[in-house]
Amino acid sequence: MSGFGGFVLRRTLGTVITLFAISVIVYVVFYATPGNVAQITCGPRCSPAQVHQVAEQLRLGDPLYVRYGHFLQGLLTGQDYSTGTSVQHCPAPCLGLSYQTDQQVMRLILTKLPVSLSLVFGAMAVWLVLGVGTGVLSAWRRGRLSERVLTGLTLAGQATPVFVIGLILMIVVCGQLELLPFPQYVNLSDDPEQWAWNLVLPWLSLALVEAAAFARLTRSSMLETLAEDHIRTFRAYGVGERSVIGRHAVRGALAPIIALNANTFGSAVGGAVLTETLFGLPGIGQELVHAVNVVDLPVVVGMVLVIGFFVVIANAVADVLYAVADRRVVLA
Amino acid sequence: MSDSSPTPSVTAPSVTASSVPRPAVPSPAPVPASAGAPLVEVSGLVVDFGGLRAVDGISFRLEKGAALGLVGESGSGKSTVASALLALHRGTGARVDGTVRVAGVDVRRASDGELRGLRGGKAAMVFQDPLSSLDPYYAVGDQIAEVYRVHTKASRRAARARAVQVLDRVGIPDAARRSRSRPHEFSGGMRQRALIAMALACEPELLIADEPTTALDVTVQAQILDLLHTLRQETGTGLLLVTHDVGVAAESVDEILVMRHGRAVEHGPVSAVLGAPREPYTRELLGAVPRVDTPRTAGRTGPEDGAGLAGDVRPDDVVLEAVGLRREFGRGKRSFAAVDDVSLSVRRGETLGVVGESGSGKTTLGRMLVGLLEPTAGVVRYEGREQSGVRPSVQMVFQDPVSSLNPRRSVGESIADPLRARGEKDEGRVRGRVRELLERVGLDGAHYGRYPHEFSGGQRQRVGIARALAADPAVIVCDEPVSALDVTTQAQVVALLGELQRELGLALVFVAHDLAVVRQVSDHVAVMRRGRIVEHGPADEVYDSPRDPYTRQLLAAVPALDPEVAARRRAERGELSPA
Repeated sequence: MSGFGGFVLRRTLGTVITLFAISVIVYVVFYATPGNVAQITCGPRCSPAQVHQVAEQLRLGDPLYVRYGHFLQGLLTGQDYSTGTSVQHCPAPCLGLSYQTDQQVMRLILTKLPVSLSLVFGAMAVWLVLGVGTGVLSAWRRGRLSERVLTGLTLAGQATPVFVIGLILMIVVCGQLELLPFPQYVNLSDDPEQWAWNLVLPWLSLALVEAAAFARLTRSSMLETLAEDHIRTFRAYGVGERSVIGRHAVRGALAPIIALNANTFGSAVGGAVLTETLFGLPGIGQELVHAVNVVDLPVVVGMVLVIGFFVVIANAVADVLYAVADRRVVLA
Repeated sequence: MSDSSPTPSVTAPSVTASSVPRPAVPSPAPVPASAGAPLVEVSGLVVDFGGLRAVDGISFRLEKGAALGLVGESGSGKSTVASALLALHRGTGARVDGTVRVAGVDVRRASDGELRGLRGGKAAMVFQDPLSSLDPYYAVGDQIAEVYRVHTKASRRAARARAVQVLDRVGIPDAARRSRSRPHEFSGGMRQRALIAMALACEPELLIADEPTTALDVTVQAQILDLLHTLRQETGTGLLLVTHDVGVAAESVDEILVMRHGRAVEHGPVSAVLGAPREPYTRELLGAVPRVDTPRTAGRTGPEDGAGLAGDVRPDDVVLEAVGLRREFGRGKRSFAAVDDVSLSVRRGETLGVVGESGSGKTTLGRMLVGLLEPTAGVVRYEGREQSGVRPSVQMVFQDPVSSLNPRRSVGESIADPLRARGEKDEGRVRGRVRELLERVGLDGAHYGRYPHEFSGGQRQRVGIARALAADPAVIVCDEPVSALDVTTQAQVVALLGELQRELGLALVFVAHDLAVVRQVSDHVAVMRRGRIVEHGPADEVYDSPRDPYTRQLLAAVPALDPEVAARRRAERGELSPA
C-alpha cells in the first residue's frame, strides 16, 4: 500500500503549499492596499499617537516581504504586542490583534468557530442523507410519478432562499406547533441535548437548500453510471435491482458527490451568514460581515485565512476519500 | 477426448448438407440422448426500437450442448438477438414479438423473479469489451462471488472460494491472490477470462458470448477461443456465439446463422455455410474475408502485368528509409523504449506491411515515419535526405475515421486543409481539387459541405484517404486503416488503396494487427514485437515459411474458415503455446 501512503503524503504537501500561497495572496491584498493602512487598521476613532503605534506594530516602514515574514513568524511562533501600557503575548498561531477591540484575532475566531462547525457538520449530515437519498431515489424511479414529484421538490428547494425556508420553519415549528423553542445557541460542552435541539432548525434550513444541489448531482451522476456496461453485466446475471443500484451504481456515482461536498462544506464554514443571522448563531460568517463593515483589517485577514484553511482541508480530505473509493486515482 | 471441431447436433432442414461432407470427428460434448426440449427455441423474433426494426423474424433452435454462431456485420441485429434471449430489453422501451424459450423458460412471459433465475443461473452472457463490463470499484473475485450468491444462497466464504475456483479454471495464474485485484490491474485477455469465469460460476446450460474476442490480440483471441472450446467439451454447455468475424465462428461452433438487416440470410452447419454458401450475401461476406493463407491478390495486377506500373517508376528506388529508429516514453526508471532499433525501407509503388499485436510499437513507428513523433535516436530519410518534422510528401491515414475527422467542419474543409496549408488561395481551384479527390476515392464530388456524421464508417475512411492524397504525397502511412470497419467495407477500402497505389505510384506503409489484411496488401512484411522487428522479408516468404517462432505463433493463432484447418491449428497452438 506504499502507493496509497505516497499519494496521501503528496497530497498533504500540496495542501501545505496551497495554504502558504493563500496566506501570501490574502496578506498582500489587504495590507498592500493604497491609503493609510495604519489609520484603516486602527479604526476611525484612533488618535494620531495610536495610529503611529499601530504603524510601528505593523512595521509599515519595512518593505512588504519583510512585513509578511513578520506576520508568518507570528503565525508559526507567536508574538508580543504592546498596547501602550501593557504587553500582550499572542501565542502561535497568532493572527494578530484587532486594534479596534484590543482582542487577539485567534481568540475571537476560537469563540466563533465551534458555533460555525456545529452548524455546518450537522447540516452536512442532513444534506448528505437527504440530497443523496433523493438523488438515488429519483434515478431509480426514473420516468415514474414519484421521480417527477421528487424533481419538483428539488427544484423548489433550490429556488427558495435559505431565509425563507428558515422563517417558515421557525413560524410553523416554533410559533404554531410549539414543538421546539425559538433557537438560541447553547455550547455543546455545556448541555449537549439542548445544543442539538436548538440547532435542529438551523441544520434543516441550511441543509434543505444544499440538499437540492446534491439531489440533482446525485441523480445525473447515477443515471450516467447506470448507463455503463458493467451495470448491464450485473443485470444480465440476475443481480436484483436493489443491489445493482445500492452496490454498483452508487459507488460509481460517488466521486462528484465527494467533490461537491468538500466545496459546500468549505464555503459553509464562513459563508452561512444568512442562517447564522436568522437564528442568532454567533458564528464565523456573521463576525466576518461585521469586521468587513467596520474595516477591522486584522480580523478580516484572520477570518479569510481560517475559512481558506477549511476549504483547502476539506478538498484535501475529499481527494483522499476519492482515492479510497477509486484506487485508480492513486496511479494517476 | 481428442481435439476436434464439434459435430453439428442439429441440421437445418433447408440446407443440402449431403453435398458437403461433414468432418468425421467425435462429438465434443456428452449430448443428452433424451434431447426432449431444445435448450433455446426462438421463433419469429421481432425487436423494434422506436421506429427502427433491429430484428425482423429470426427463428432458430439450439439443442443442449450444441453451439450456434450468429454472424453478421454491424447493424445486422445479431447482438439484439443475444440480448433478447435474456430479455435484456425489458424496461428499455423496445418492443419484442415472437417466442423465445431458453432452458425451459418462456423469456417474454417470465416474471422478474424467474428472469433473475435464468440470467446467470441457466444462461450466462459473456460480454464484449471486458474492461467496461466489470465494475471498476470491486475486486474481480468479489464480483464473481456476488453473482454466485444471487443464484445459490451460498455463504460469503463459499462464494469467494467458488470465485477463486472458476478463476483458476479459466487459467488465471495464482487465482487466490489475483481474485483480490480490481479489473484495471488485469490485462485485456485476463479480464475476458474473468468474465468467462463469472459466466461459469453457476454452471449454466447456455453460454451467450457477444463478440468475446473482438477487443483482443490474435494470440490472446486464440487462447480465449481454445478455452471456450475446452470448457464446452468438459461441461457440455451450449454456446451461442455472436461475432462479426466468420473465422472466429468457424473455430468455435457447429452451426452458423448469417444475419443481415435483422433477417436470417443463411443457416446451416459450418462446413456447409462456409464451404458451399448458397446465398449471394454469404458468398460476398466470405469473399471479403481476408485469408492469411492466400498470396496477395487485392488491388494488384502485379508488375509482370505491366498495366499498372508506369515506365518511370523503378521498383528499386527507395523513397522512405528508417535507420536505427528508437523512441522512448517516460522518464528515469519508468522510461521504456516503445520502438527499439528499427530499420526499414519502402520503395516507390510498393507496400510494406507492419504487423504486430497491441503494444508492439507499430503505431509509434508509423508516427515517426510521418514525422509526427521525433525519434529518440536514429533517422528517417526521404529520398535519401534526412527528414525532420512533417512534410507534404509523407502523409498518414488514421485508424479511427470517427475521431480523426473534425466533427464540426465539413469533410470538404478537412480535405482542403492540406491544399490551403500549401498556400493555395484560389477558392475555385481548392473546391475543384477537393471535388476531384472526393470522386477519386469513390465519393460524390458534390458532398463538399457534408459533415462526418452524415457518412458511414467506410465513407469516412475514404474521406481520410482523400485528405492524405490532397498533399500529393509519395508515401502514405496507414495506421490500422480498416480495423474499425466491417469485412465487406474493409475489402472495398483495401481495394481502393491498391488502385490508388497503381495509378499514382504511391508507396504505402500499412500498419495493422490483422495478419490476413496485411498479407493481402503487402509486398514486404515486417513483424514487430516489443518495439523490435523480429522478422522482415517478402510477404510470401514470411507467411509461407516463417523463421521466427513469434511469427509462427501469430500465424497459428489466426482463425481458420475451415473447421478441419481450425482443429489442426488448435493442435499446433498447443505445441507453440507461449512460455
